[in-house]
Formats: sequence, structure tokens, C-alpha cells
Amino acid sequence: MPHDHPSHSHEGMSPSGHPYRADNDTALTYWQRMEIAVRELLVEKGAVTPEEVARQIDTMDARSPANGAAVVARAWVDPDFKARLLQDASAASREMGFDIGPLRLIAVENTESVHNLIVCTLCSCYPRNLLGLPPDWYKTRAYRSRAVIEPRAVLREFGVELPDHVQVRVHDSTADMRYVVLPARPAGTEGLDEAELAALVTRDSMIGTGLPRTP
Amino acid sequence: MGGQAAGPVPTDQHDFALWEKRVDALMVLCGEKGLFTVDGLRRALEDMGEDAFECMSYYERWIAAVNQNLIEAGIYSLEELGARMEEVGRRGATYGEAQNREAQDD
Repeated sequence: MPHDHPSHSHEGMSPSGHPYRADNDTALTYWQRMEIAVRELLVEKGAVTPEEVARQIDTMDARSPANGAAVVARAWVDPDFKARLLQDASAASREMGFDIGPLRLIAVENTESVHNLIVCTLCSCYPRNLLGLPPDWYKTRAYRSRAVIEPRAVLREFGVELPDHVQVRVHDSTADMRYVVLPARPAGTEGLDEAELAALVTRDSMIGTGLPRTP
Repeated sequence: MGGQAAGPVPTDQHDFALWEKRVDALMVLCGEKGLFTVDGLRRALEDMGEDAFECMSYYERWIAAVNQNLIEAGIYSLEELGARMEEVGRRGATYGEAQNREAQDD
């Protein structure tokens, strides 16, 4: 995408004069008008500054599942770190530079006999410091409704078929308490280093709707 | 809504639009500054009823909930909001045109 800047006079227009940014070239909606109005009023009342809004978006954009993958890979190679992660995931992820603030983060471990799945039935609570913004499906009514009553059926839709002997545990997040799944280290990865291991860790494997890649 | 019947989990994914990221940023900043809490956000969302989950997108619900909490907190009035939304609507037909006041002079 060509470089664009919020204050550029041809915001949203390509060099040939056509709009190229999907969010900006469709008809202005009622709710978009509300967002603009609310933001401007907050700025005028001195509650926030435009710079703070821009910085917050930058912070949000910088977070990705790569953060969580680094934490998982560290836990796979360092038993002491893994113990700290399972004891207090907020502190352990802060150790690696991924601060979750005052929220409590709980890491739940997948094993040969237990598979963990994370949902937020109320809204969309998610370990954003480790995974970035939640995917759309995480926020859908379908996922939030069904994850707690038929998790195995939901998992099948994601292509995860678990043997009957594996117990499925579903964790419902709250505003103050978030979960992240520590997936089981795949077989055949003994020779891999931490960075190679992190590359196997997918976003969905840390939500529980997927499994790590195999080398 | 946990436990209710529902169809297959939709797997479409969209890139977040600028206005959606701004809504998210406003919520985080309002929380940090103590204007209202995430519990206030959730209460407003739950008060919308189930129809809102069918008719409105995720960040549409969020901006509605953020706005409701700010009005309740007395940050600005309903009249100020209404006047500003009308003014924003006069700036142009697209978000790009309407998103900031400078754009009017382009």
C-alpha cells in the first residue's frame, strides 16, 4: 500500500486520484460519524490528545502472535521459565518484555491427556499483549456460544480432531483475567533451537483452536 | 450468550479499518485515564440486547458503548454529540473526507 499520512491533503486517494483505502472510500456510516465526533469531543475536552490515539494504534499494531510464540518457545526449551509461566504468566511474559499491565494472565498447558480452549463468552477478552487483536471469529456469537457447550464440534471445524481420551477444558476469560494456551511441544523437534521452535507456534495453537506446526 | 445454540463459526477475517482501530484506542485510553472502566463498556454492550449482535458490527457496538459511558460520565452532553455528528456528516460522503476538520479545507 502506498504511504499515506493522516494529515495529507489527499488522504485516501491514490496518485491517480482514486480512493484506495477500503475503510475510507465507502459511504460514511452513522457509527463512523459517531467515532469521529466522540474522538474530537474527547480531544476538545482535554481528555485525550490525537498523539495518544495515534500512539495507542501503533502499540496495538506492533503486537502480534509472534510475542506469544516467543514465550511458548522459551517455555519449551527452559523448564525453569516454564514453571514460572505456569505459576504466574503475567510476570513470566513481562520478563520477556510483553507487559500485560495489571491484568492477570494464566497459562494453561496442553498435554497428552488435556487440551485447553480459550473463549470469552461475554465479549472479546484476549491476551492482547501476547497475541495482538483477536481474530474476527473469536468475537462471533457462534464461537462464544458454542465453545462452552460443544467444544469438540467447534474444534473439528478448525480441523482439530482429538482422541476421546483427551479431556477438553474450556476457559472463559474475563476483563481482568486472560488465558493463553501453552501448546505441547511437537514430536521430532529435539534438534530445533528457540527461534525455530517459535516459528512452529501459531496464533490458534495459543487459543486452543489449533495445534503447533510440525517441522 | 455462552451456551446458546448457534451456527458454524464464521472464519472470515477482515483487516481492521482505521476507524475501528481508533475506537479500540479510545476505549483503552478512556480506561487508562479513568473516564470509565471495561465493566462500564461491557454493561453498555449487554444492555443493547441480542439484536445488536445481529445488526451491528463489533466496533459499532463498541463505539456506541464508549459513547454511552462518556455521556453518563458527563464528559460531553448528548446535544454536543448530536451537533458534532451532524457537522461531521456535512464534511463529506466518506470517512476519509469526514475524519478530520482540516479535510474540509482541502
